[in-house]
Amino acid sequence: METNKTQNRRKFIQNGVRLSLLLSLGTVSAAALRRVTADDYVWQIDPFECTQCGRCATECVKKPSAVKCVHAYALCGYCDLCGGYLKPGAIARDTGAENQLCPTAAIERRFIEEPYFEYIINEDLCIGCAKCVKGCTSFGNGSLHLQIIHDICDNCNECAIARVCPSNAIKRVKASEAYMVKGDFKKPKA
Amino acid sequence: MKKRFHFQYILRLSKSLPFGEVRRGFFFLLLAFCLLPFASFTQQQRFPKPEFSTGYEQPSTVVPEPRALAFEYFDVAVLLIVLSLTTWAVLKKRSRQYVLWLSLFTLAYFGFYREGCICSIGSIQNVTLSFANPNYAISVTALLFFVLPLAFTLFFGRTFCAGACPLGAIQDVVIMKPISLPKWLNKTLGLIPYLYLSLAVLFAATGTDFIICRYDPFVGIFRMDAKFHMVVLGIAFLLMGMFVARPYCRFLCPYSVLLSWMSRFSRHHMTITPSKCIQCKLCASSCPFDAIDYPTNEKEVIKSGLGPKRFLTYALVIPLWMAIGVFVGAKSHTFLSKANPDVYLAELLISKPEIKNDKDNIDVQTFLSSGKTLEMLVKEAEIIRNKFYIGSMIAGGFMGLVIGMTLLNTVVFRKRQDYEPHRGNCLSCARCMNYCPVEK
Ligand code: SF4
Ligand code: SF4
Ligand code: SF4
Repeated sequence: METNKTQNRRKFIQNGVRLSLLLSLGTVSAAALRRVTADDYVWQIDPFECTQCGRCATECVKKPSAVKCVHAYALCGYCDLCGGYLKPGAIARDTGAENQLCPTAAIERRFIEEPYFEYIINEDLCIGCAKCVKGCTSFGNGSLHLQIIHDICDNCNECAIARVCPSNAIKRVKASEAYMVKGDFKKPKA
Repeated sequence: MKKRFHFQYILRLSKSLPFGEVRRGFFFLLLAFCLLPFASFTQQQRFPKPEFSTGYEQPSTVVPEPRALAFEYFDVAVLLIVLSLTTWAVLKKRSRQYVLWLSLFTLAYFGFYREGCICSIGSIQNVTLSFANPNYAISVTALLFFVLPLAFTLFFGRTFCAGACPLGAIQDVVIMKPISLPKWLNKTLGLIPYLYLSLAVLFAATGTDFIICRYDPFVGIFRMDAKFHMVVLGIAFLLMGMFVARPYCRFLCPYSVLLSWMSRFSRHHMTITPSKCIQCKLCASSCPFDAIDYPTNEKEVIKSGLGPKRFLTYALVIPLWMAIGVFVGAKSHTFLSKANPDVYLAELLISKPEIKNDKDNIDVQTFLSSGKTLEMLVKEAEIIRNKFYIGSMIAGGFMGLVIGMTLLNTVVFRKRQDYEPHRGNCLSCARCMNYCPVEK
C-alpha cells in the first residue's frame, strides 16, 4: 500500500516533468520556426567589402582553400598591362613566371587581338591568396575577385575565414543566391 | 598601340597621384576615344570594355551550384530513419549487433561522407543565434537536427547517442578496455558539459564564435584534414577513449546535457533485463560508461546519516551557489568578451595606440583604412561587452544551480531493488543486455 502510493506519486511527477519538457521543446521549436527559412544558408564573400588581406588562403579548413579567384569577364578591360597578372614594375611584354603576381601561376593569359588579352583563372591552381585581386582592384577594373566555390566548400556551420576576416566580408547568404559575382552583383547603394 | 601607351602612362601615374583624380582624368581620355554603350559600369570601370574586331566571344563567368537543397532534406530523412531503427533495435529487438551496425553506418555517412557537418550538437548554436540575432534565420534542416533527437530521447531514451551520432560512433568503435571511474570523479567531470553548454550559448548569442564546431575534436578526422593541434586533440581523445569509454560524450558534449534531461523523464527507456531482475549481478560491470545503478543498500544509507536534515541544508545553500556563480560570471565577463574580435581590437587600439604603426597587423590596418572611427568601434565593442556582462551572469547563475543540484542529488536517497541503467547517463548502447541471463 505504502509503496504503491509513493510509486504513484513518482509516476505523477515523472509525467508532469515530461510534459513540461515536451512543452518547452515545442516552444523553442515554435519560436525558432517563426523565423525559419526553407532555403539553406551558405557562406559567400562580398567582393565590395573584401580588402584582399590574404587570410582566405590560409584560414579555410580546406587545403587549398575553397576560396578562389573568379573572373568577371564582363568587367574586364583585357589590358595588356594587367595589374592582376603582372607584378608592379614588371616589364610589360615579358610574362615570365618571375613577373607574374600569382604565386601559383594560376592565371593563364591568352592573346585575343591587338592589344587585348584574355585572362583565365585555373581554379585547380588558385589558392585564393587575393594577390591578383588586390592588383586588379587597385590598378584595373576589379574584374578579378574572390568567391567561395561551393562544390569545394564544406559549408561549415561557422566559416573559419568569416571569423577572422578583418573586413567582415564573408556572410551567410541564401543557397539559392549563393554567389556575389561582380557584374551581376552590384555594390548596394549606401 | 596608342591605347597601350595610355595604359602604361596611367599605371605609372597612378602610383604618384591620388586615385580619384587619376580616374577622372582618365575618363575624359576614354570618352575621347570611344563612345561607351554601357553607362552603368562607368562608375567602376577604369578601362572600358574593348570592342573586338575578330569576333571574339566573351566567356561568361560560371560558378558551380552549392549542394542541392533536396540533399539537405535527404540528410534529415536519413537521421530520422537511423533514429527510428536504433530505437527499434534497442527497445524492441534488444540487439547490440543491430545498434553496432547502425552506428557504423552513421559513422560512414554523417561522419566521413558528410564530414561531421551537419550535426545536432552544433545545431544548439544555430538555434541560439536565431534567437539572438534578428538577421539570422535558422534553416529547417538545422532546426530538425536539433529537435528530432531531443524529441526521440524524451520518448525512448538516448538512442540518438547509441546509433545516430557520428561523434559517439567514432568513440564507440575504439572502446577496448574500459575502466570504471570512481563516482565522485564521474560526477565532477560530468559538470563540464554544463559549463561547455553555457559558454557555447554565450558565445553564439553574442555573435562571437561557434566554439562547439571550432573545437570539435573529431571533425578533423572525418575530414582527414585539419590544423595540427586539432588532429592531435582528436587522436588524444580516441586513445583516451580506449580506456575511458566515450570521453567526449560523457565529459564534454554540450548536447548531452539536454539529452540527459530528456532521458531522465523519458516515456520509455531500455531495460537491462527483458523481464525481471534476478539480482545475479552479471551485468554489474558490463557498462563501459558506469551508467548502471546498483540496488540500494538501506543499512549503509542509515549509517551515512543521509536524511531530511541534510537534504534541507543542501537545498538551502543552492541560492548561495547561484549567487557565487553570478558573481564569478560578472567578474569574468571582461575576460570572456575578449574572444570577440571587435572587443579585442578596440581594447588593443586603446591599450596600445602605437600598434597603429604596425604595418603587419592586418586587423589594425584594415580598420584604419576602413574609415570607421575609433569611437564607433568602441561603441560597438561596448554593446557586445554589455551582452557578455548579462550573459556571463546568467551562465554563472546557471552553473551555480547545476552544482547545487548535483550536490543535492548526492544526498537524495532513492530506493532501488534492481540493477538499472541510470536514465540520464545511459547511452542506450545495449551492451549490458547481452549479460542478462534472464529469458524473455
Ligand atoms: S579574409 Fe576577408 S578581406 Fe581577407 S581576402 Fe578573405 S574575404 Fe577578403
Ligand atoms: S593570385 Fe591568389 S587568388 Fe589570384 S589566382 Fe593566384 S592563387 Fe588565386
Ligand atoms: S565554410 Fe569552411 S570550407 Fe567553406 S570557405 Fe569557409 S572555412 Fe572554407
